[in-house]
Amino acid sequence: MMSDKSPSVIVMRGITKRFGSVVANDNVFFTLQKGEIHGLLGENGAGKTTLMNILYGLHQPDSGEILINGVHSHIKSPHDAIARGIGMVHQHFMQVPTFTVIDNVILGLQPFYRPALDRRHARQRLLEIAHLYGLSIDPDAYIWQLSVGDRQRVEIIKALYRNVRILILDEPTSVLTPQESEDLFHTLRRLVENGLSVVFITHNLEEALAITDRITVLRNGKAMATLPSVHATKEELASLMVGRQVLFDIPTLDLPDVSVNEVLSVEKLSVKGDRGSLAVRTVSFSVHQGEIVGIAGVDGNGQSELIQVLAGLRAPYEGRFFIKGREMTNASPREILQAGVGYIPENLEDALIPSFSLLENAVLDTHYTPPFSRNGVLDFRNIVRHARALIQSHDVRVPDEMAKAAVLSGGNKQKFIVARALARNPQLLIAAHPTRGIDIGAEEYIRNLLLQKRKEGMAILLVSTKLDEIMSLSDRILVMERGRIMGEMLREEATIERIGMLMAGSEA
Amino acid sequence: MLDQIFSVVFLTGFLAATLRMATPILITALGEMIAERSGILNLGIEGIMVLGAFVGFWVSYQSGDLWQGFLWGGLAGGIIGALMGIVSVRFHANQIVTGLGIWILCQGLSSFLNRRIFGISSVRPQLPTLPAIPIPGLSKIPILGETLFNQNIIVYGTLLLIPLFIYFLRQTSWGLHLSAVGENPRAADAAGLRVEWIRFLATTFGGMMAGWGGAYLPIAFYGLYTDDLAVGRGWMAIAVVAFGRWSPLGMLAGALIFGASSALQYRLQAMNFPLPYQFLLMLPFLITLIFVVLFVRGGGGPAALAKPYIRTQSE
Repeated sequence: MMSDKSPSVIVMRGITKRFGSVVANDNVFFTLQKGEIHGLLGENGAGKTTLMNILYGLHQPDSGEILINGVHSHIKSPHDAIARGIGMVHQHFMQVPTFTVIDNVILGLQPFYRPALDRRHARQRLLEIAHLYGLSIDPDAYIWQLSVGDRQRVEIIKALYRNVRILILDEPTSVLTPQESEDLFHTLRRLVENGLSVVFITHNLEEALAITDRITVLRNGKAMATLPSVHATKEELASLMVGRQVLFDIPTLDLPDVSVNEVLSVEKLSVKGDRGSLAVRTVSFSVHQGEIVGIAGVDGNGQSELIQVLAGLRAPYEGRFFIKGREMTNASPREILQAGVGYIPENLEDALIPSFSLLENAVLDTHYTPPFSRNGVLDFRNIVRHARALIQSHDVRVPDEMAKAAVLSGGNKQKFIVARALARNPQLLIAAHPTRGIDIGAEEYIRNLLLQKRKEGMAILLVSTKLDEIMSLSDRILVMERGRIMGEMLREEATIERIGMLMAGSEA
Repeated sequence: MLDQIFSVVFLTGFLAATLRMATPILITALGEMIAERSGILNLGIEGIMVLGAFVGFWVSYQSGDLWQGFLWGGLAGGIIGALMGIVSVRFHANQIVTGLGIWILCQGLSSFLNRRIFGISSVRPQLPTLPAIPIPGLSKIPILGETLFNQNIIVYGTLLLIPLFIYFLRQTSWGLHLSAVGENPRAADAAGLRVEWIRFLATTFGGMMAGWGGAYLPIAFYGLYTDDLAVGRGWMAIAVVAFGRWSPLGMLAGALIFGASSALQYRLQAMNFPLPYQFLLMLPFLITLIFVVLFVRGGGGPAALAKPYIRTQSE
């Protein structure tokens, strides 16, 4: 597909971009050739998205130049970028949920002085594009009715409808099932066959190797290397990304003895979602001492609602659950925590109060108990000691315990949240997406911590959309799809294909 | 008394009055709906109605031309709407606080101007109100004819606005832009729409409609101006928007319900209903409250309603 003789459609030379004191891009050199899929690989915060936002006109570089088809270009806005044939699909889709697919696609295209809509013509053109690139979509469906994969296709169609020749995708697979990712890869290949060029932003090594022609690795805002994918290895890319060797396979531990000590037992639990329909449908499972049970699934298939019920934050519709044999079905969050549960919520924002210091955040869940308070009066000496211990023992990088939670990076926030949950010495840890949106270093740390706690006998319920995480940490794996548990398997029996099929809703 | 209520004469008069009373609420609500669809909640429309009523009355009185009065009532409302737009859109002010401020400002301003210009006297200046224009033939249909086809021209005009608004919202790119800005301003911005400008225009338009809704009261209904002329119709309009789920037809239904409760209240007073008249005056608001509690649940409005849009430089 790609040859060295292909002309460069994009050349970015010496791009530097600062946000305050942070250098997001540092003298970056990047070229995109016609008809290639170019992977932009790096950790969170490495500057991948910033670089592409510059190309898409969302940011202006502090220095450096951009050539489009050999011509010096100053890209003032996304509008300008689209006019020059550059489109971008963001992680957060730029869509109006209450509109149909057609209305989203044509939004903003019609000149002001001709307001009457011609949806028939638009539908025809949309279907032609969809057909040409093998993108299946119902133009009259409302966005809110669509799956994430469908919505992503709408974004791609939107760009193609605007005659884009260069398509930038920002972490496109992070929200997709393995099968949907395959479909996306198919589409991308169709695009480059038709002469388009694609930039594929990812932090996933395997994906980068699977789909791209060339890969540029960014680290701390600098371009470390650009290399052809066929010659690259996972280890090489990883050390370029992180700057040191990374262990990929977490050593397997001895099997837990599941015959003893059921810690969590869920019986035929059904839960209603925010829209009033059933989000969790008669789910039953259990978690034992010294066992990690992983729940895999695409986001939005009832995992959030299930976890909220187990944490006491949402009332169940039907069914029951027990913690160490005690029924906790309608218990309050505090009662559940007191029963020996540690809780890591799915969003970092739900765990910390940003305007509070780490000191105060350290005791959000325990402030009312001795030694942190006596007769309703807080004992700050003990709270300070506790907060410092959390920060030091888990290497949370902050100036001191008086720092506001808001200033912490994602990885440090999560380390702090995990530390706080573990400080309760829980017998059951509910960990929802414990490594979502954090850097590789913190991710590695938290995964190892979970394994260590498992070894010490903690029961852990892990919810994650990352298959590699589920497969490397869990003793047993449950797959949720549309509120049901589609299948259960031991780690040894699990394959990506099998889990992927279940995630997509087909019985394996 | 019951036979009084169920007579044809009573029914005809009641239905016709219902439509007449619903009209100012509907005009105001249609404008508020446009503002809300763009994401701006203008709580000041009660005050804007009062100001529109005063300006409408004053200009009509001075010029002797009801139409000039009506026009200026709307323009005055538009100016206040633009003020609301600038403060809430350009300066990202809290819309609840701004709206309440606008309400108080307009109420005070109208009252002040009224005293300066007309003084305090027991004899209020009067206007001839807009005449009813019977539509030949159709107005002779029993009950319905009197209700639908023997009204003043503003009532006809307002009813004709309904299909126009539906077309605007469903079939034009302007309507699409308006809703996009109120549902997901980020997406609208990314699509190249001028979010702030659209919101400003929508809020100005909403103010203008509220001005007209207010001007209707002295010009087509009462023929005089008092400080409490609007008596909560602006608040009712806000309720009507939510009750009608931001759709013109739903809002028509809502406005008719509240129009009917006002009409009923007047009729009950007139026939010496055995209840102190203060309670009868409460009736429309009580009915509003009941309907809002029963039918306005769980939001359903534009997703970005009352949320200022601040474009951030870095993601």
